[in-house]
Amino acid sequence: MDKMPAWADAVLVPLFSLLLAALLSALVILAIGESPVEAFKLMVDGALMRSSGWGYTLYYATNFIFTGLAVSVAFHAKLFNIGGEGQATVGGLGVALICLYIPWPHWSLALVGAALGAAAFGALWALIPAYLQARRGSHIVITTIMFNFIAAALLNYVLVNLLKPAGQMDPASPVFPAATHLPTFQDMFATEAMPLFRGAPGNVTFFVAIAACLAVWVLIWRTRLGYEIRALGHSESAARYAGISPVKIVVVAMLISGGLAGLMAVNTAMGEAERLVMNATEGAGFIGIAVALMGRNHPIGVFLAAILFGFLYQGGAELALWTNIPRELIVVIQALVILFTGALDNMVRMPLERLFLAFGRKERA
Amino acid sequence: MDFATLLQVLDSTVRLATPLLLACLAGLFSERSGVIDIGLEGKMLIAAFFSAAIAALTGSVWMGLGAGIVSSVLLSGLHGLASITFRGNQLISGVALNFLAAGLTVLIAQDWFSQGGRTPSLMGAGRWEAITLPFAETLRAVPVLGPIYYELISGHSILVYVALLCVPATWWVLFRTRFGLRLRAVGEAPEAVDTAGVSVVGLRYAAIVICGLLCGLAGSYLATGLQAGFVKDMTAGRGYIALAALIFAKWRPWYALMACLLFGLLQAVALRYQNIDFGGITIPVQVMDALPYILTVVILAGFVGRAIPPRAGGEPYVKER
Repeated sequence: MDKMPAWADAVLVPLFSLLLAALLSALVILAIGESPVEAFKLMVDGALMRSSGWGYTLYYATNFIFTGLAVSVAFHAKLFNIGGEGQATVGGLGVALICLYIPWPHWSLALVGAALGAAAFGALWALIPAYLQARRGSHIVITTIMFNFIAAALLNYVLVNLLKPAGQMDPASPVFPAATHLPTFQDMFATEAMPLFRGAPGNVTFFVAIAACLAVWVLIWRTRLGYEIRALGHSESAARYAGISPVKIVVVAMLISGGLAGLMAVNTAMGEAERLVMNATEGAGFIGIAVALMGRNHPIGVFLAAILFGFLYQGGAELALWTNIPRELIVVIQALVILFTGALDNMVRMPLERLFLAFGRKERA
Repeated sequence: MDFATLLQVLDSTVRLATPLLLACLAGLFSERSGVIDIGLEGKMLIAAFFSAAIAALTGSVWMGLGAGIVSSVLLSGLHGLASITFRGNQLISGVALNFLAAGLTVLIAQDWFSQGGRTPSLMGAGRWEAITLPFAETLRAVPVLGPIYYELISGHSILVYVALLCVPATWWVLFRTRFGLRLRAVGEAPEAVDTAGVSVVGLRYAAIVICGLLCGLAGSYLATGLQAGFVKDMTAGRGYIALAALIFAKWRPWYALMACLLFGLLQAVALRYQNIDFGGITIPVQVMDALPYILTVVILAGFVGRAIPPRAGGEPYVKER
């Protein structure tokens, strides 16, 4: 049977879905009596036209790269990890413990330590759902959802009963020591003459995220383990026949996925808040689903989609500041992107495919 | 703990279990037909908003209920379009609908009422009134049974009784009617149903409409019965607890009632006591919060009685594969 060329599948289908989502969002903005063009201008102004806007956009994007990669690694093994939120929450716990209880001499060492801690804690939180899926056949979607709630309760307990300094009202850990302060974009790029990225939370973790993109690409397409993950994702029976152990691959893929989601906490806890607060993940674990779907589970796609969502987040904050459009507009856009690129994929693809086939026939005739 | 406190906790258990029960039965219909639904949360949320908003605008709780049900059924229809007609991934569709509801409700609430994503507080006819069952006042003086009847059984809004009646109704529909037999069959072996000449698509859409209807009741009870108005994200994970209860109940109506009452009790206890002293050991409130989820994971793990979902759940049906 004829098929669409691969580039069309990878580029046109997500692009079309995005267009549909944008169109519907514009209608929503119209319906609440605001101008979509004005709104878009405001978003671009706030997120992309100033360096501090970029500082925020890239800060959000860093979170989404990690969670997007987490979801896509699991997707390659045909596992749907909705637990990014919980894994990032527990990852934050790892970051906090490592920053608070180890006297780091320099931020670079602290970054390595905190990243390891975050990844280890995140992976640990994915381990039980992974094991239950692999060994007991419990559906990973349900167990990871449940673990999100358990993680929230756990964090609540640890912050309120264990980490909160005596006398402090809000449930948060003490402020991390100054030596663990990660350089922000402002620290790195601003000079006397050019005060760039002023006050923006974007920090060195962004480069860690880029490194993670590279690492995931190498892992998935250039290593034996990646091959086994993809093989399992395509067909479990074929993978089994080839001598791949599904139990092992499911657990390993989920550990990597959980570790990546956990890494996000380095950015939020260490890079921005410099302490652990309640609900620091702010739904980034779920945005990872949209990012992975839109990025077609490829690190480059995930990177681009994460930047797009970073822009939407920062732009959305600007909108909420200057207009009557609440931040929740972004949640609607996110929902539409997930709907079109994930669930209604066939609706977008079928007409496009037909179009391509029609053209293909004409050329041959 | 004295008798009066116990009654109060049990009374609030019934109230808190009601939305869980309605959503759980909603999920039961959908999943028994082979359509996995993690969008219960979103449907409840959108129904909660529209029932509160329309009740606030018209002053009639019944109009609110109607609007809530319509919105929830529409969202259900979208889930059907994605997962039945276009054979998309049902899990992803559910996730998308939850976000859609979370975003849209606040967006519309802000546009209509400008109160930061909430509806005005409902009063009078905008809320469900408590129904006093016959003889509740006269029997109140009877020791033990009187207060139980007065406090626990009587004095709830009509949706509580509707929810409780839904349990035998669901059992009867699923296990004693032709429609129920087909519905269960389509969740286990859709190809067999198709061979028998019954429409798989039609049955699944029917299940999804029932699911939307019940979620509409749940959301309406939440915003116009349990509380007096809509606030942002007011479902607060109840849709997922209902999902957990559904697994806990192994997709059976009577067990669903038990599971929802249990989870309702946990919520009621967590609401009333911050920490519980239990023979020297203090149980923090967070354990109560997490317990429904932990119990569900244990059940899912199959260590205490295995929960086996309908066989065709999550699989879009393709004719003549």
